[in-house]
Amino acid sequence: MRRYLARQLVQLVVVVFGISMLAFAILHVLGDPVLLLLPQNAGKEEFARYHHLLGLDRPLYVQYWKFLSSAVVGDFGKSWYADTPAFRLVLERMPPTIYLTFAGLLVALLIALPLGILAALKRHTWLDSLCTAVAVAGQATPIFWLGIMLIILFAVRLKVLPASGYGTWQNFLMPSFCLGAALAPLTMRLVRSGVIEVMNMEFIKTARAKGVAEPAVVVKHAFRNACIPVITVLGLQFGQLLGGAIITETVFAWPGVATLTVESIRNQDFPVVQCAVILLALVIVSVNLVVDLVVGFIDPRIRAGA
Amino acid sequence: MKAVSADAKVELADLGAVRVEAAGERQATLVRLLRLRWGLAAGAVLVLIVASAVVAPWIAPHDPLAVDVRHRLAPPAWMEGGSAQNLLGTDQVGRDLLSRMIYGGRVSLVVGVSAVLLSSTIGVLLGLSAGYAGGRLDWTIMALVNVMLTFPFVLLALAVIAVLGPSLVNMIIVLGVAGWPIYARVVRAEAMSIGEREFVLAGRALGMSHLRIVFRQILPNLVSTIVVIATLQVAQVIILESFLSFLGLGIQPPTPAWGNMLGEGRLYMLNSWWIATFPGLAIFLTTLVINLLGNALRDWLDPHMRL
Repeated sequence: MRRYLARQLVQLVVVVFGISMLAFAILHVLGDPVLLLLPQNAGKEEFARYHHLLGLDRPLYVQYWKFLSSAVVGDFGKSWYADTPAFRLVLERMPPTIYLTFAGLLVALLIALPLGILAALKRHTWLDSLCTAVAVAGQATPIFWLGIMLIILFAVRLKVLPASGYGTWQNFLMPSFCLGAALAPLTMRLVRSGVIEVMNMEFIKTARAKGVAEPAVVVKHAFRNACIPVITVLGLQFGQLLGGAIITETVFAWPGVATLTVESIRNQDFPVVQCAVILLALVIVSVNLVVDLVVGFIDPRIRAGA
Repeated sequence: MKAVSADAKVELADLGAVRVEAAGERQATLVRLLRLRWGLAAGAVLVLIVASAVVAPWIAPHDPLAVDVRHRLAPPAWMEGGSAQNLLGTDQVGRDLLSRMIYGGRVSLVVGVSAVLLSSTIGVLLGLSAGYAGGRLDWTIMALVNVMLTFPFVLLALAVIAVLGPSLVNMIIVLGVAGWPIYARVVRAEAMSIGEREFVLAGRALGMSHLRIVFRQILPNLVSTIVVIATLQVAQVIILESFLSFLGLGIQPPTPAWGNMLGEGRLYMLNSWWIATFPGLAIFLTTLVINLLGNALRDWLDPHMRL
C-alpha cells in the first residue's frame, strides 16, 4: 500500500508541475502581457521599460522559477482589472463551482444507476435498446444548447424556475440537471457493462445456488462489484465533469470559477486566468488521487498490478 | 444409477444454458446488424449535411449576410406571422435563419475535420514512438498525456484562444493540438502489443529499419482503430467549436456558425425561441449521426474493439 501511495504521489507532482508549465507558457510564450497592458501607440522605450518592470526581459527559466515559487505560497499576483490578489478572487468563486459539480454528479448517478442496472438485467430487450438510444442521443446533445432549451421551457414559457442566479434550491435544479445529463450516458453504459460482466461470474451463481433472493443478488453481490470500474472512470472523468461545469456556468450565469475565468479572458486579466487554471487543475488531480486510493482500497488487485 | 441420471440432468441443464447463450449470441449479432443499418442511415444523413454545406451558395434561399430590418425576428413559416419567405424565420437583424444554418455547417465541418487530422497525426506519431521505443521517451510522452488528459479540454482551449485571439485558423490549431492525447494513448498500447508479435520480430531479424517496421508493419494494423477514434472525435470537436463560438471566442459575427448563432439567439430567447433552437438542433443532429457512424464503423471493423 505504501509503495502504491508513493507512486500516486509522484504522479500527482508530475502532473501539477506540467500544468503549471502549461499555464505559464500560455501567458509568457504565446503572448506578451505588455502588449495588452499598454496602449497600441506606445513607443519602444515604453515597452522596454514595462518589460523590465515586470521582469519579462530576464530568461524564461528565471521568470518561471519566480512564478512557481510565489504560486506555491498562493501568490499569483494581483488582478490587472480588480486590483485584488488573483488568488482571493478565484478562491471566493470556488464553492459554487464545487457545489454545482457535485450536484451534477448526483443527478448523473440518479439517472445512470437505475437505467444502467435495468438495461443490464433486461439485456437485448426493447428496454435495453431504449436506454441505449437515450444514451446515444444524450451524448450528442451540446450542454449549452440543452441549458438554453431548459431556460426557454421552464423559465420563459412555464415561468416555474429562475433563468439564472444562485442561492436558492430552485437555482440548482436546471444547472445540475444539465450537467448531470451530460455525464449520465457514459456512466450508464459503464454500469450496464459492469453489471453484465459481474452477473456471469461464479460467485453470482453461488449466491443464487445458496438461495439468495434475486433482488439481493443484484444489489448486494452484482452491483457492489460493478461499482469499481464506475468509480474509477468517474474519477478520471472528473476533469471532464468540471469542464462540463464550466460550460453550464456560462449558460446559467452561475457565480463560479468558470464565469470568472471567462470574464477574465474577456478582460484579458491573465493573473486571474492563470490562477483559476492552476487551482482547478489541483482540484482535479486531488480528486483523481482520492479515487485511485479508494479503488486501490476496495480492490487489492489494482494496488498490486498498476 | 442415481448419480448418472443426476449427471445427465446437469448435462441437459448445461445444454439448455448453451442454447440460451446461442440465442443471446444470435441476438447480439442481430443488434450489431441493426447498428450497421443505423450506421448506414446515419452516413446518408451525414452525406446530406456535408453536401448542403458544400453547395450552400446554390441551395440557400437567401444571402446569409443580407440584413432586412423590416422582417427582423420573424417566426418560422408554420407559426402565426411567419411566411414561406423565411422557412425557419429570421434573426435579430432580419437575416434568413435557414440560409445561415446551411452556411454555418461549413465552419463546423471544416474545423472538425481539420482539427481531427491535426490531432490524429500528432497523436499517432507520439503514440507510435512511445509504444515502439519505450523507456524514457515513453515515460515522457505518457506523462504529457496524463497532464493533458487531467486538464479540462475546454479550459485549455479557452486560455489559449484568449492569448492567440479568436479566428478560424487559431481554433483549428487549438482544438487540433489539444486533442492528440487520446490517440497517443490508444496507439501506444496497440503498438506495444503488436511490437511483440512474430512478424515484427521476423522483420527485425531480416534487418528492416525501425522506421520501416513502424510504418509498414505496425501502423497498417492500427488504421481501423485510428479511423474509429477520429470519427468519434470529429463530433467532440464540433461541439467544442460551437461552444467557443457561442462564448464569442470562436468564429466572429457576422460569419454564420452554429455556435455564434446560438450565442446571439440566447439574447433574444425571451420572445424569439427559434434563433437559438435551430442552430442547436443542427449541432445535435450532426454530432448524433457522426457518433452513430463511428459506433457502426467500430462494430464493422472490429466487434471486439473496446474504446
